[in-house]
Amino acid sequence: MSSKVIHAIYDDDDVLLHAVKEVKAANHHIEEVFTPFPVHGLDKAMGLAPTRIAIASFMFGCLGLSIAIWLTNYIMIEDWPQNIGGKPSFSYLENVPAFVPVLFEMTIFFAAHLMVITFYLRSQLWPFKKAENPMPSTTDDKFLMEVAVGDNEKKLFSLLKKTGAIELKVHEKKGE
Amino acid sequence: MYSFSKNLKIFSLSLMVVGAVALGIGFLSAPTTVEEAKAMVADAHGHGGHGGHGDHDTHDDDHNVAHKDEAHHSDHHDTHADDHHDNNDEAYAHSDRHDAHAGGHGESHDKHLLHQLQNRPWAATYVAALFFMMIALGVLAFYAIQRAAQAGWSILLFRVMEGITAYLLPGSIIVFVLLVLSGLHLNHLFVWMDAEVVAHDEIIQNKQSYLNVPFFLVRALFYIVGWNLYRFYSRRFSLAQDNDNGIGYHKKNFRLAAGFLVFYIVTESLMSWDWIMSVDPHWFSTLFGWYVFASMIVTAVTVIALVTIYLKSKGLLEEVNDSHIHDLGKFMFGFSVFWTYLWFSQFMLIWYSNIPEEVTYFITRIEDYNLLFFGMVVMNFVLPLLILMNSDYKRNNWFIVMAGIIIVLGHYLDFYNMIMPATVGDQWSFGLSELGSASLFAGLFLYVVFSALAKAPLKPKGDPLVKESKHFVY
Repeated sequence: MSSKVIHAIYDDDDVLLHAVKEVKAANHHIEEVFTPFPVHGLDKAMGLAPTRIAIASFMFGCLGLSIAIWLTNYIMIEDWPQNIGGKPSFSYLENVPAFVPVLFEMTIFFAAHLMVITFYLRSQLWPFKKAENPMPSTTDDKFLMEVAVGDNEKKLFSLLKKTGAIELKVHEKKGE
Repeated sequence: MYSFSKNLKIFSLSLMVVGAVALGIGFLSAPTTVEEAKAMVADAHGHGGHGGHGDHDTHDDDHNVAHKDEAHHSDHHDTHADDHHDNNDEAYAHSDRHDAHAGGHGESHDKHLLHQLQNRPWAATYVAALFFMMIALGVLAFYAIQRAAQAGWSILLFRVMEGITAYLLPGSIIVFVLLVLSGLHLNHLFVWMDAEVVAHDEIIQNKQSYLNVPFFLVRALFYIVGWNLYRFYSRRFSLAQDNDNGIGYHKKNFRLAAGFLVFYIVTESLMSWDWIMSVDPHWFSTLFGWYVFASMIVTAVTVIALVTIYLKSKGLLEEVNDSHIHDLGKFMFGFSVFWTYLWFSQFMLIWYSNIPEEVTYFITRIEDYNLLFFGMVVMNFVLPLLILMNSDYKRNNWFIVMAGIIIVLGHYLDFYNMIMPATVGDQWSFGLSELGSASLFAGLFLYVVFSALAKAPLKPKGDPLVKESKHFVY
């Protein structure tokens, strides 16, 4: 199945944000917006569901913390207790201040790395993947809005023109 | 325009009256003789009132710093100076020695107890006076940061901040008066002011060129005058900008704020050493200035949020939206974590190295103030962390108020923990003096802040960035 879309190209993020709002208000379906940098408020304007990466990150942090607790306890208390600076490591609780930096770092490490990996997986990005953006200049200074063409192509065209698009292209999307 | 409501006025005045009465009783009931002091403690023990403190007859003197007994003191310092550099187990050896001596100096111990009990109402007053003054000072620093950064989002909150900083003048004057009274030997908050103690204490003697009453008071005056001058001129320029078409006053305020921040960060550090760290004159921590700053700024941002939410609930500040509250919430969250970072950094290094004159600070707190010392970390770190972590909760007034109350109380306890162990030792509690002084200064704070808020329009309409603040959406 193939579908027809319009690529509307903008050269300013404020103009784009207004355009997105107007196109949404006119009940057209915006398939995707490509921007060279994150545009504040764009996700809300497009009506995207709020991200759940924060929840994932919290859970990864808890996982990292638990692993760090297990790790420090196994290494320093169970497997090879040592007397460091007059503080013998025979009790985890009595020595926990010394482990806090490790606990903290491991929490951050797990949260950060797993969050990035989750994001890549969720966005279906992997090394050597062919870029999906239809126009390379969206990685430089242009913004591209991809709108699905409904029954009235002309009307959509004039609407997009009015929102300040500098270029409009009709594009046949190959079906998956 | 806000008008100071009658209910709030009555509320703050009654807080002041009740607080003053309670504090007065606290002062009057302080013992005047050793016998009275002993009777009071025996009484409290009989009633089991000192649950968390352990038995003070056996571990009497871990906090040798606050000690005022001469003979005993010099004794220990001689040995101290000789061996503490190369002895890892000094802390243990130290307390052993005390136990061995415990029988011998019963009389001096009683005198020490008397001083502690006499200190209690003074220390309670000092904690509360300092705490509320620091809120105003913290808000002033936050305000100066916004000015110097030319921040756009916070303009609508400027009048709230200016209202809170109005307390700086009365608050700092009260603190100064308390310091003068200490200098006149009306209380024993600062051990190093006591010539008897200094005569037998080599460590304090070496610090005399810095820690002496005249220089101490001159410094205090210097900080206070500097802060208040900034507050006075920034408020004046801010009001003048309202009816000005240009941006001249805005620019003046920008330059003034940048200059003030340099002055502030130096004087804030010095102030924290002078007014807080010097109650334990043997002890030192190089990040203490930052630690006090963190406590001050997180309370300040919290109070800004609380006052803003209160005014919004009265239908004022209608242009302040939940994005502004969200940003304040982020600062509350961030500074709470920052405070914990400093708290832990200070604790861990001292705990690990275990050097006697450093570690006594934490031994006192962990043995005599266990619940407060760790409870404060729960209130200042764990609860704000969990409550404010979620982005949506930071936009919810109810969560901000709840977390805010916990943070303000937690940081009051923080200041309590900084002052009390050195001044009253294990004779702490939350009695008439503590609750009374907190209530007295809370009432004064509310009264001054809300009457200042009523003096000017809540919207700084002449500020060149006010439109940006109005449209602030995140």
